[in-house]
Amino acid sequence: MKPQFATEYPAVSPQFSVGQKVRVRKTAPLGHIRTPFYIRGHVGEIERLCGAFPNPEELAQMRDGLPAQPLYRVRFRQKDVWPDYRGPDSDVVEIEIYQHWLGKA
Amino acid sequence: MIERSHHDMGGLPAGKVEPTEHDYPDWERRVDAMVQLLRGGGRITVDELRKNIEALPPEAYDQLSYYEKWISSLTQTLIQRGVITTEELGRKMQEVEKRKR
Repeated sequence: MKPQFATEYPAVSPQFSVGQKVRVRKTAPLGHIRTPFYIRGHVGEIERLCGAFPNPEELAQMRDGLPAQPLYRVRFRQKDVWPDYRGPDSDVVEIEIYQHWLGKA
Repeated sequence: MIERSHHDMGGLPAGKVEPTEHDYPDWERRVDAMVQLLRGGGRITVDELRKNIEALPPEAYDQLSYYEKWISSLTQTLIQRGVITTEELGRKMQEVEKRKR
């Protein structure tokens, strides 16, 4: 039986490193998009590189999604994301975002 | 253009979450089994299924139950992939309708 998640693909090289500040692209193309609307345009920090995976936007259109896109866990301060956030300053939200949705901040 | 897709509702005001227990009727179990088998066989991807759920009209997205969304999406996906045709599906649906009478 082949593994559910293959681990070896031709992949795009990672451009960002842990701790680096990144801004999520603010755009709204059509199709299957895994970057939540509410986080687009916000600045966060790379928490880790999760690996590289076939691009789900392409898989959703019946193509192979290759080369695989690096996927990062990005950490955002809740206070930056929600203007009326009432919790502690230290609260964060972590979202897994593909590299092609990120730019240098 | 569409700014925000209907399904992408993170952060919008929502009602109270009411957890309820739910026993799965046979048809829901069958839908789940079909999805697992078709994905395992590499015939469809979960991403296509999600795309077709997200493409539901907003009223349908809000009204359909979890597995109603899945069967609607699975049907659309199998038509797009050419596994079944709309003609075959239409004929089969008529045949099943007749059984009820």
